[in-house]
Amino acid sequence: MATVELRFSALPEHVRTARLVAAAVARRAGVDEAVLDEVRLAVGEACSRAVGLHESHGLSAPVRVVLIEDEKKFSIEVGDEVTGSGAAAAAGGEESAGAGESDAEGEDEMGLAVISGLVDDVEVTSGEGGGRIRMSWPAHAAPILP
Amino acid sequence: MDLSLSTRTVGDRTVVEVGGEIDVYTAPKLREQLVELVNDGSYHLVVDMERVDFLDSTGLGVLVGGLKRVRAHEGSLRLVCNQERILKIFRITGLTKVFPIHTSVDEAVAATD
Repeated sequence: MATVELRFSALPEHVRTARLVAAAVARRAGVDEAVLDEVRLAVGEACSRAVGLHESHGLSAPVRVVLIEDEKKFSIEVGDEVTGSGAAAAAGGEESAGAGESDAEGEDEMGLAVISGLVDDVEVTSGEGGGRIRMSWPAHAAPILP
Repeated sequence: MDLSLSTRTVGDRTVVEVGGEIDVYTAPKLREQLVELVNDGSYHLVVDMERVDFLDSTGLGVLVGGLKRVRAHEGSLRLVCNQERILKIFRITGLTKVFPIHTSVDEAVAATD
């Protein structure tokens, strides 16, 4: 079960909230302080991308962020509801880079580039329900005392 | 924290001081500012990022867009940044090769190459 689950309207102003929540849960899960900036940036990129996809497809559905705390790792899943979005991204750069003349597409690719540059364990998938970016970071199970 | 923007002129350079978070929500404001400056004839820009707390790819996109605009007028866009966490984003995207990045506004204003 998810430690914390967040759904927000696909609007740019809520991406910051997702970053703050993700960083707070990551800190609690024992992710290194030095890595928290990366968590914040990566989840922001994934959420910005999802918001952009929902906006460009005219979807009113919310963006879903799932934060999962395990014994040894901390995982984040960001899901959009655009069918095929993940597959297009996973199929990778060359084809879409040639076609990606518009600002929005360029930014989408840059977002994925930042995520893959930041996060060692990242997976972009696509299903009938939409695309999903899953990322994880090592976490020490050191309990944070109240 | 929201985005703060202020501009001032130093010689033939226009220094844009940016503070706060540049993300998918606030980046359009920075884009507007850069577009306005170029439309008003300021082609040599220095973007001071010392007070930026957060920068994402949307912000990078806006800076690249600004660079494209000033270059169309044979201008320049220089960045001032000493913060490791911000510099890291430029490094992993390869943009350190695209932007001249300076350690101080004075250095950026004096730079000519």
